[in-house]
Amino acid sequence: MMAKLLHFLLAEDDEDHAELILRSLKRHRVGNTVDHVFDGVEAMEYLRGEAQYVGKPRPDVLLLDLNMPRMGGHEVLMKVKEDPVLCTIPIVILTTSDAESDRLRAYRHHANSYLVKPLDYNQFSKMVDELGLYWGVWNRPCIG
Amino acid sequence: MMRATKFLLVEDDDDHAELVLRNLRRQCGPDSVDRVADGVEAMEYLRQEGEHAGRPRPDVILLDLNMPRMGGHEVLARVKADPRLCTIPVVVFTTSENAIDVSRAYERHVNSYLVKPADFAQFQKMAGDLGLYWGVWNRPLGNIE
Repeated sequence: MMAKLLHFLLAEDDEDHAELILRSLKRHRVGNTVDHVFDGVEAMEYLRGEAQYVGKPRPDVLLLDLNMPRMGGHEVLMKVKEDPVLCTIPIVILTTSDAESDRLRAYRHHANSYLVKPLDYNQFSKMVDELGLYWGVWNRPCIG
Repeated sequence: MMRATKFLLVEDDDDHAELVLRNLRRQCGPDSVDRVADGVEAMEYLRQEGEHAGRPRPDVILLDLNMPRMGGHEVLARVKADPRLCTIPVVVFTTSENAIDVSRAYERHVNSYLVKPADFAQFQKMAGDLGLYWGVWNRPLGNIE
C-alpha cells in the first residue's frame, strides 16, 4: 500500500508538544522520518535548503504550529503556498488556537487541515496517532 | 465537538458510495453525510440551487475524480476559485494513482488526496479513518461569512 516512506517536518516551539508529537510519529509509523525546527524562520530555511539545512529532503507533510517566535505559522503558510516549488506540500496546522479568525485565515491561505491540540494528554496523544496514520499512510503526497 | 461535521460525498459509483456512507454514518452520526452522483449536482448542492435549495454548507467535501457530466478536477477548480466555498476542505477520493492527477489536484489546492484501496478490508479501514480524521479531529471553519 505504501509507495514510499514519508518525511515529516514539524515546526513547533513548545518542547513538550514537540516531544510528544515526535515520539508518537516515530513510534507508530513504520519507517517514516521526521525533522523538527523551532520557529518559522528555521522552517523556511529548511524548506528552501538554506543555511544549516543544505541538502535536507523536501518534506512530504509540514506540521505547523501558529504561535512561534521570529516568524509565526500564518506567515510560513502564506510563503509556502505562494511558492511555486513548495506549494504542493500539505500543511497541517497544529495549534492551541480555536479562534475562528485563525481558522478562517488558515483555510483562506490553503492550509490542508486545521487541528486544535487537546488539553488532555491522552486526547493529544490519540490525535497525533491519528494524524500520523492519516498523513503518513493514507494520504498520497505530491512527488517533487 | 460543538456540532457534528457535515460531509458531502460526490461519487458516481453506488458500491463505493454505499461503503463510504456506511462508515461515515457509523463514525459521525446518521445525518453526517449527503451524497450526490456527479460534479454538476455537486455544484448545485454547494450553491444551493434547484432541488438543493436550503441545503447546509458542508464542512468537508469527499470528491471522486472520474464522474459523468462534470469530473472532480473541474469541481475542485470551481470550489477553490469561489470565495464563498474555497475554505471548505476538499478530499479527493479516487481509484487514480496517476501522478498527473495527483499533482494537478495539489496545484488546485486539494486538501488531501486518497487512493481507494482495491482490497475490501483496506477500503473499509480507510473510509473509517478518513471519517475519524475529518469528522472528529480536523476543525472546519463552520458557517461563518
